[in-house]
Amino acid sequence: MDAPLLEVVGLQKSFGGVAALKDGRFRLERGTVHALCGGNGAGKSTFLTIIMGIQTRDAGTIRCKGEDVVFATPREALAHGISIIEQELSPVPAMTVAENIFLGREPVRALGRVDFRRMNEQAQALLNRLGFQIAATDRMGELSVAKLQLVEIAKALSYDAEIIIMDEPTSALGESEADQLFEAVHKLKAEGKGVIYVSHRLSEILEIADHYTVFRDGAFVEAGEIADVSKTDLIRMIVGRPLSEEFFKENRPTDEVTLSIDGIDASHGVHDVSFDAHRGEILGFYGLMGSGRTEIFERLFGLSECRAGTITLQGRQVQFNDPAEAIDSGLALVTEDRKESGLVLLASVRNNLCMASLPSVSSPAGMHPAAERDAAHRMIEMFGIKTSTDRLEVSGLSGGNQQKVVLGKWFLTNPDILILDEPTRGVDVGAKREIYRIMSDFASQGGTVLMSSSETDEIIGMVDRVVVMKDGTVSGVLSREEIDAETLVHLAA
Amino acid sequence: MSNESSQPGPAEQAPAEKKDSQAGLHVTAFAQRFGIVIALVVLCVALSIFNEYFLTTRNILNVLRQTSINGILAIGMTYVILTRGIDLSVGSVVALAGVISAAFATTSSVAGMAGGPYPAGLAFAVGIAVGIGTGTVCGTLVARFNVPAFVATLGMLSAARGLTLIAADGRPVPALTDSYRWIGTGDIAGIPLPVVIFAIVFLASWYVLSSTRFGRRVYAAGGNPHAAKVSGINVRRIRLTVYIISGALAGLAGMILAARTGSALPQAGIAYELDAIAAVVIGGTSLAGGVGHVAGTLIGALLIGVVNNGLDLMGVESYYQQVIKGVLIVAAVLLDQSRNRRA
Repeated sequence: MDAPLLEVVGLQKSFGGVAALKDGRFRLERGTVHALCGGNGAGKSTFLTIIMGIQTRDAGTIRCKGEDVVFATPREALAHGISIIEQELSPVPAMTVAENIFLGREPVRALGRVDFRRMNEQAQALLNRLGFQIAATDRMGELSVAKLQLVEIAKALSYDAEIIIMDEPTSALGESEADQLFEAVHKLKAEGKGVIYVSHRLSEILEIADHYTVFRDGAFVEAGEIADVSKTDLIRMIVGRPLSEEFFKENRPTDEVTLSIDGIDASHGVHDVSFDAHRGEILGFYGLMGSGRTEIFERLFGLSECRAGTITLQGRQVQFNDPAEAIDSGLALVTEDRKESGLVLLASVRNNLCMASLPSVSSPAGMHPAAERDAAHRMIEMFGIKTSTDRLEVSGLSGGNQQKVVLGKWFLTNPDILILDEPTRGVDVGAKREIYRIMSDFASQGGTVLMSSSETDEIIGMVDRVVVMKDGTVSGVLSREEIDAETLVHLAA
Repeated sequence: MSNESSQPGPAEQAPAEKKDSQAGLHVTAFAQRFGIVIALVVLCVALSIFNEYFLTTRNILNVLRQTSINGILAIGMTYVILTRGIDLSVGSVVALAGVISAAFATTSSVAGMAGGPYPAGLAFAVGIAVGIGTGTVCGTLVARFNVPAFVATLGMLSAARGLTLIAADGRPVPALTDSYRWIGTGDIAGIPLPVVIFAIVFLASWYVLSSTRFGRRVYAAGGNPHAAKVSGINVRRIRLTVYIISGALAGLAGMILAARTGSALPQAGIAYELDAIAAVVIGGTSLAGGVGHVAGTLIGALLIGVVNNGLDLMGVESYYQQVIKGVLIVAAVLLDQSRNRRA
């Protein structure tokens, strides 16, 4: 039998005396997809950065195709056929697909002139071989996120990569786009490559991976064949204790309408959307990327200009021109991307928590530091935010805790209606459940929750009713009894 | 704070070694955090050793007075840079506000307004109003029409200079009244008035930026404008306001300069924006916005002032001063970046 593509034993790494990785083990075979699982802080990122030669190890061995290797730079890792597709892609948007693939090693003719024709031909041949519906001469800036990822895969293969690491590749994709990616992964398998697949979405791992390896607290926990385990098993290994259930739902919706939307339009072609939301209800919004869920939320919250349609809040017709008005009326919006629009990363936990309720912790003459501190401590306690002090920069927190800071910021405003746009994206299994609990409690106490999600499991597990969006319009509203994965996907596609 | 690193006994060699390296770490962290303060202190000590004149009250007040104009501009600049902006127009606004307010306070009938000179209070109000006006234009371009701050204020740099030359017909506005000149040449309890004004502007800005809602909003709008907007902060209004503050302070600085010189020169303030930006940057405020403090700006401005003064005292040619200032700016930013990498 061939030596495995990659074999890692006893990998260790500490930062300033704190062990980030105590015992990293991994074994990747040819023609397989191997899922690397673990919560935030499990040591996955450290493991990958060492494999890629971005950081140096303290101890341990890495064998690549049977040969002991030490990479000092990502370039050396690439030369050994290891390539990574990062969570946050960094294309050069103004260049073409071919130019991006051959960036820094463009084929040249005499006098160093770039041979564009040859470059385009080679790139197109590669894309065709992989069956990607992309033209080599398209501009990167015009491609969808899913296609950008396919280009990254093509780029990795153009380096003759045999080991391809995918770090949360579907975090920015809807389910149908994710399917395109999975097809590509199958092609890689068929070509005998090895794929290391990192994702928080366990259903996805069960669908696509052959093997799994679980890390927890910087150490190897277990490895094996995906066929032998269930989702519950994986959760138990990742969290380290059995999670009685993945979801948490105790709220009971009432008949009292708190928010009524009638025929509203919003940006990006969102047209004639109507729905009612009730006290005590979690109302889901399901749809593909770009189906208009985010646009509806932005319109409700006064982030985009007013257009046709009426919004009735607690029986009163309203129209918000900016978020401050929406906040005053009891709305709160947890946006999809907490780094982009949820947090000021370089500011402290306290300042982030108080950001949407400044007037309540100050007078016109100045801030009241004691009131700010108390408010921050209340939220830290209420949500169990793990931070040494509320003066810590919020960028130093894990993803799950950052998300709780965003939630805390909004709970300080005492909202009646909590709008959550993909609230569990990039959050590990343990923190996810806490976020579900927060939602459920909020609804139980008489609040109304609007939650969008691209994951059918989450919709099925959490919502009382779901509004399914397709191309900017409502394609169906399902009650809890009517919701199943097939119907959701059918209505959305 | 680094006393621990002194001579460990042989028995505790191993742990002491570890302690050593930790103490070393603290020293580096300390140096990075307070590097600029340390640099300023070391420089002052060195200068007082090598030159007996440096530490005289007279010279200290002299340094402070020379620093005050750049300091006032730099404080205004701090607001703007905290919101991810830049204000290149302040040097020209110094001249414009100086010339126009001087026209209300000159005894010369050629350069002055008919019926003048007017009371100094009116002239000051006019000077501040000029700064508010240019700031409003820049702020509106940036906040409302999304013109990059560099471009909007570069335009104002040129336009305000042109307006100054037109208004003054290319000549100085001479013979300012004594009451006007007071803000440049007067003193309160022996402290020159420009220094007093600088201190007031500094303390007020410290309070505004660290202890008011407006200050929090400035940091939030600079740290992450999207998140600030979603949190109900009117980012446009914040942006507009910081340019108005910067403009008003430039107007104030322009009048102090004219008052000190005794006449308002249309070519005053050329390249002052660069010294102001230098003070802000040396003071550790990030050009990426959202991080920084006016205290840093004060130290940055003082450091520039002391370097200039020290080199003067030691008879170094002014050409060298510019080279040293350049090195200082880059060194300060390098120090800052190494700190951020560690974090």
